[in-house]
Amino acid sequence: MDIVVCIKRVPAFGAQVPLTDDGSAVDTRHLGFTIGPHEECAVEEAVRLASAHGGRVTVLSVGPEEAGEQLRYALAMGAHQGVLVDTGTTDLDPEATATAVLAGLADEPEPDLVLFGDASADAGHGQVGIRVALARDLPVVGGITGLEIDTGGSLRATRESPSGTELFRVPMPAAVAVKEGLNLPRYPTLPGRLKAKKAELRTVTCDPEPGGLHTVGLRRPADDRAGAVPLGRGAGAAPAVVDVLAELGKV
Amino acid sequence: MTEIPERADVVVIGAGIVGNSVCHHLAELGWRDIVLVEKGPLPDPGGSTGHASNFIFPVDHSREITALTTDSMRQYEKLGTLVTSGGVEVAREPQRVEELKRRMASARAWGVEAELIAPRRVAELVPFVDPDILLAGFWTPSVAVVDPLRAGALMREQAIADGALTVSANTEVTGIRTDRGRVRAVCTDAGDVETPVVVVACGVWSPRIASLAGAEIPLTPAVHQMMDVGPIPEFEATGTAIAYPIVRDMDALMYERQSGADLEIGSYAHRPILHEPDDIPSLESAALSPTQLPFTSDDFDPQLEQALELFGSILDRPDAGVRHAINGLLSFTPDGAPVLGPCPDVDGLWSAAAVWIKEGPGVGRMLAEWLTHGDCEYDMHGADIARFYPHQRTREHVRARANEGFNKTYGIVHPREQWESSRGRKLSPFHTREREAEAVFFEVGGWERPHWYASNRGLLDEFGDRVTHRPHEWDARWWSPIVEAEHLALRSRAAMIDLTAFAQFDVRGPGALDYLQRMTVAQLDRPVGRLCYTPVLTPGGGFRSDLTVVRLAEDHFRVITGGADGARDRFWFESHLPADGSASLVDVTSAVCTLGLWGPRARDVLAATTEDDVSGDALPFGTARWIDVDGIPVLALRVSYVGDLGWELHAPFEHGQALWDAIAGAGEPHGIVPAGIGVYGTTGRLEKGYRLMGAELDGEYDPVEAGLALPKVKAADFIGKDAYLAAREGTPAATLCTLTVDDHIGADGIARYPQSGEPIVTTAGERIVDREGRGSVVTSAGPAPSLGDYLLMAYLPPEFAVEGTSLQVEYMAERYPVTVARAGRTPLFDPEDTRMKA
Repeated sequence: MDIVVCIKRVPAFGAQVPLTDDGSAVDTRHLGFTIGPHEECAVEEAVRLASAHGGRVTVLSVGPEEAGEQLRYALAMGAHQGVLVDTGTTDLDPEATATAVLAGLADEPEPDLVLFGDASADAGHGQVGIRVALARDLPVVGGITGLEIDTGGSLRATRESPSGTELFRVPMPAAVAVKEGLNLPRYPTLPGRLKAKKAELRTVTCDPEPGGLHTVGLRRPADDRAGAVPLGRGAGAAPAVVDVLAELGKV
Repeated sequence: MTEIPERADVVVIGAGIVGNSVCHHLAELGWRDIVLVEKGPLPDPGGSTGHASNFIFPVDHSREITALTTDSMRQYEKLGTLVTSGGVEVAREPQRVEELKRRMASARAWGVEAELIAPRRVAELVPFVDPDILLAGFWTPSVAVVDPLRAGALMREQAIADGALTVSANTEVTGIRTDRGRVRAVCTDAGDVETPVVVVACGVWSPRIASLAGAEIPLTPAVHQMMDVGPIPEFEATGTAIAYPIVRDMDALMYERQSGADLEIGSYAHRPILHEPDDIPSLESAALSPTQLPFTSDDFDPQLEQALELFGSILDRPDAGVRHAINGLLSFTPDGAPVLGPCPDVDGLWSAAAVWIKEGPGVGRMLAEWLTHGDCEYDMHGADIARFYPHQRTREHVRARANEGFNKTYGIVHPREQWESSRGRKLSPFHTREREAEAVFFEVGGWERPHWYASNRGLLDEFGDRVTHRPHEWDARWWSPIVEAEHLALRSRAAMIDLTAFAQFDVRGPGALDYLQRMTVAQLDRPVGRLCYTPVLTPGGGFRSDLTVVRLAEDHFRVITGGADGARDRFWFESHLPADGSASLVDVTSAVCTLGLWGPRARDVLAATTEDDVSGDALPFGTARWIDVDGIPVLALRVSYVGDLGWELHAPFEHGQALWDAIAGAGEPHGIVPAGIGVYGTTGRLEKGYRLMGAELDGEYDPVEAGLALPKVKAADFIGKDAYLAAREGTPAATLCTLTVDDHIGADGIARYPQSGEPIVTTAGERIVDREGRGSVVTSAGPAPSLGDYLLMAYLPPEFAVEGTSLQVEYMAERYPVTVARAGRTPLFDPEDTRMKA
């Protein structure tokens, strides 16, 4: 069972997202980069499925050369090969990103399953998986937090909703967008990291036409962080704690 | 939340281990109205204290650092925040085995229990290690893991309970107000605090905070990579944070330790990654904390393989993953030492920066004493912020040296090792001639000084057997037998030595004499033209400096001191200038060049260049006079640190090369040679028993012990006088002695030469400790070519400070017999000083 997992290089930040002075982008000068939690689960799921059912896991990323770092992280988790679609940037709109993903998939053998994170951790459009599925004429299901292969060879996917659990049976090949909570992703091992370091990545260059979605600017929400307020020390703090709980309607 | 007070006796900025400790010890010493300002939340404000690996190996080659470390361990233990795990430094390479032997000597010197062990024993102590790739281990049972956040919190709590401390967390310092060069107030986003004293204990942010007051703290934030790999079931089963000894894989420049269920791996092997204090992310935007930057895995990859080699049995498992990895920020300085004490740029501003977890509480104690009494129990000259010359505080220099020094953290650093970066900063006017003579340059205070001249290689034939050739590479490193040959040429003919690195201050004014009398031990109220060698004491009566003062006129003195200590001495003298302006001090270092001319033919040489009378009657020993040398005005000082006839010739800087040429030309018929600092600072000095600041002399020894007490005590008051008088009354706890090495041949038949820092032990191998608890250690070592001996200096307690006493020196894990040749200051060579006074 061959699986492709699409992952995105995204900045890792704390409580506050630093912006460039002109507000056009996230200021990444002092930030590290990572893959989002949804996509980390997608990689973990792919590695588990391949190890249970055989087959290979290919990770694919659209971005600058540096996105190789994220591909290698996924390889260290147990993916078998990596494809970098070098567009020089991760700041593409969803249409252009989908075009680039398709370019990366073009030379790969038809996978049984293409996994996406439900939405990227930075832009969060949640469109790329659907667009790729449409272009490849694949069934697609999103928001998935449970995935297994049933005896008939189709996928059983579950999605949590406020009104209950939705259960899908999806014929393969298929595209699936998964959410954090699907599994507990493993940490890469040392031997895994060393292997990943030496792995060859297949690089495809691509300069996709921009789509219709344009970012006008980024704005930080009004600073409503109240910060931590110490309520006191020891037993003396108890009345204040009760007040807060009462305010929250908990007592 | 506590309101920030409007006024304080002292404001400490930064609540890491250092700031907390400073507050605690100030409170212990009776300070009240202490305010601690911290921009982050408590107890972990986000600085380096919060992510450090927190283990402590007590043994360092530096006495100062070892003292701070062992003092800190006692404090952590007292606070219940220390867990002893033991630790072992392992060697993969033969040269590291030698280094571990040298560490044994340091452990013995400072009285720390340690043992050299075989790889099999390492694997018994740490069962997960592969002993097959190891050659030896250096086992220190007292190695411990501490909790600096908890220790800091307890220290704060005690000071608060004493009613001494107000803590203002989540408070950003926005400015430090100064007025006429003095600190007046700390401005914060919670209000201003008026205060006469500010302590900057801000770790990697210290340069930024100091700059608010217009001061410089020379350090740079640098990355130290670390990662946690786990879970390791064997560790999990222990149920504790640390149950196995910590391993320092010295040749891989890494360490590995249990940290709960994980193995923590830290590295000093990666490329130096320096940051700027202004570029450290804010608390809000940092993913983990401002000093835990994103891990750059490429830099760590080579270390993964080495970790797998040593700890493969627990790392090469499918379930053991990298759970946490950071580029941790810590502070690096140009010489690797902390940056402590009063900032020379602004009165009342103190630095407590570039301190490791292992030194934090000890630094707090020393700094509190220093603030309270003007000096502290341990000599801190190696960490004193005033040690830096202006160029050494520049960003370029700090970064260049931090860059070069980073990989020395676990490196094998020879005691004479020279820096490669940021060289050629200060050149004497003799430099061109020195290069022509193939000088090998060593650096002091930024000055390039010839240590010996390769062009003197011909002297090796001339002096033949009288010159020692060191067969062991380590002993011979950064040394040359040419030094001994230059020495013998000086003693038999004459030599010229570049001493331009001296720091020189002109002190003038109606109050000049009184001021200098107050600064020094010797009687300076002497006739014009006299020069005096004098100790300069700390308030506690230890050595602050030793230097020469020349009276040039009734109200004009020149102070001449060593290049290594010039910056500290200048700060000390400037900060004690009389408030009424009756004396002024001008640093004339850059205006004066100095050429030493010594040897039995020195007078013939000098006389050939001048029409002035340079006879013993006209210019006796201990006097100074202006003379013309080949048309150059020269201040000739009849003095010598090598114990031979001759002068220090001080000339205007721009005349330097002409002076050199004049002396070299006049000296040629007499067989003059250029000689390096190897002769001046080691061979010539040791034969004459002269003491060196920073080696024999420091704040922990007094003039009586050093043999430098003067026959009479002047009536004038001076700094340290009470302690000096008390020392003269009592019996010294130790006396500085000169010892000869009786047999150099080690177990493998090769002659070895101790380098300094080695313990002196009894013939039974017992460590020697004086009644003050100070161990006997070699302070200087070197050949005495005129005597045919190899000399060591060491302080010995009275029962051993007896000439003829047999002892041993412990060098590279072997013992060599030595004999006390001299107790006290009388030189072994020419004890009557007849040559010098000829």
